[in-house]
Amino acid sequence: MIFGLKKLTDRIARVVFLFAAVISVMVVLGIVLLLGKNTILALKTVPPAQLLFGTNWNPAGYTAASYGSLPLLISSAMVTVGAMAIAVPWGLLVAVYLSEVATERQRAFFKPIVELLAAVPSVIYGFLGLVITGPLVARLTGQSSGLNALNASVILAIMILPTIISISDDALKAVPRTYREAARALGATRWQTIWGVVAIAARPGIVAAIMLGFGRAIGETMAVLMAAGNAPAMPHSFLDPVRPLTATIAIELGEVPWNTEHYYVLFALGFYLFLITLLVNLIAEPFVKRVKESA
Amino acid sequence: MTKSGLLLKKLADRAGTGVVILSATLIALVLGYIFSFITLKGAGVLSWDFLTKPPMNNMTEGGIFPAIVGTFYLAVISTIASFPIGLGAGIYLAEYASDNWFTRLIRSTTRNLGGIPSIVYGIFGVALFVQLSRMGTSLLASGLTLGLMNLPWLITTSEEALRQVPHSYREGSLALGATKWQTIWKAVLPAALPGILTGMILSMSRAMGETAPILFTGVVFYTPHLPTSPTSQFMALPYHLYILATQHQNIEGVRPLAYGTALVLVILTFILNLAAFFIRKRFSPKA
Repeated sequence: MIFGLKKLTDRIARVVFLFAAVISVMVVLGIVLLLGKNTILALKTVPPAQLLFGTNWNPAGYTAASYGSLPLLISSAMVTVGAMAIAVPWGLLVAVYLSEVATERQRAFFKPIVELLAAVPSVIYGFLGLVITGPLVARLTGQSSGLNALNASVILAIMILPTIISISDDALKAVPRTYREAARALGATRWQTIWGVVAIAARPGIVAAIMLGFGRAIGETMAVLMAAGNAPAMPHSFLDPVRPLTATIAIELGEVPWNTEHYYVLFALGFYLFLITLLVNLIAEPFVKRVKESA
Repeated sequence: MTKSGLLLKKLADRAGTGVVILSATLIALVLGYIFSFITLKGAGVLSWDFLTKPPMNNMTEGGIFPAIVGTFYLAVISTIASFPIGLGAGIYLAEYASDNWFTRLIRSTTRNLGGIPSIVYGIFGVALFVQLSRMGTSLLASGLTLGLMNLPWLITTSEEALRQVPHSYREGSLALGATKWQTIWKAVLPAALPGILTGMILSMSRAMGETAPILFTGVVFYTPHLPTSPTSQFMALPYHLYILATQHQNIEGVRPLAYGTALVLVILTFILNLAAFFIRKRFSPKA
């Protein structure tokens, strides 16, 4: 009797945990269904070619609304690439420091710093873009306003540094010590060992770090909303104010009436963004797995 | 190799090491600068009144009490909604899942959920909670949206905490005749608790700091009332900062209040992160 009850509890527990695990699959399905549904509703009245490749984003157009999202996509691409250009080399150097150069003590000092940097809310980074880096960028480039793609890139770079650092650090640490010893025994300096042997062996992990940093940057909303200058026109240089996809949804969805064309189009942008980040994550996945398994 | 070549190699090695140390120091300086800048600018506004009074005079005076309360509620609601599911899924993945397509599917979707931008969670929250579930723009809709956003994080941290528990714990318990459930509940979970709690505290910190998921699901500019029920609209610290920094009619005039709000938000997230840090350090199975 008691034994039967114990067995029953055991079975129930298993089912409950299984159900909890299935929820994440259901959430992804839910996102695809609901965002997909609204995207289809948007495409009923807005031609896909205009939405994807149109160069004029003007939902409040006087004669007719125009929903060309290309300027927004290019804005997203610019701030993301700009951020990567700063954060990848910087982050890799810090990861090398943490994994190859720092003593246990120095590591214990720097690791929490990187974690705290990741913990700062994105709205704070946006605010700092407004009050610190914005004016600085304006002064250095001689523009009247420093709120532009360059400014957003700098802020985004600081935001994705922790991602790049911690995953690269894991990847470097996972390289067996024998690799280093062999290289040093052959007469290589520490510097040569790091870049010629350890970094090469850690390459999949470094790729994973870069991809995940990229995914974070392209999906970041508040920081770019506040720091990028917020102009939905086709950007021509990094000194132009820009408005990425994320910022466009954030600024416009609050003001449109529900279930209108504009509302559906903003959902379509969200779905677009979802597909982009999904693609980035799927490409990164085999690399991330390899880091996890070797770590 | 010639002598000068060797010297050059040594020099490059030194210079390289210097660059690496410099880049790490720079990160520490960036964090130090951010923290001291906000502290210096915000400390002047910080007072008992600022923390306990509502905004007054079109938000040009007064405090941020309703925003603190709203942010606190968001952290609690999102945690209540997502922590049990995240832990349950973590238990399944660490203790039950065998290596098959189904487990791989769950792992893969969890990883991908973690990479979805917060603004996408925001619009999904509008469609699912605000509209489809008829919750309206409310504390509940926002809290649940944040809960969804934190789910992949909670699953991953719970699973990792459970995996760090040595196998001997499970074997010992099973050998004594305990069922699998009893083993998990009595032997594995208590040992993994510090790691699980760390993940939970950090997820609260994320819920408190996020803006994009609550933008359209219930947060408002200003409300004279504190939220009285899960269906109330509410104020929240990150949104309050966003409004003061970019949307107020008198942006320069309210800048000090914006710095004060930023300081409170940073202090709250740092406290939670330090708490998580010490729990992990104190109870780390390795130590």
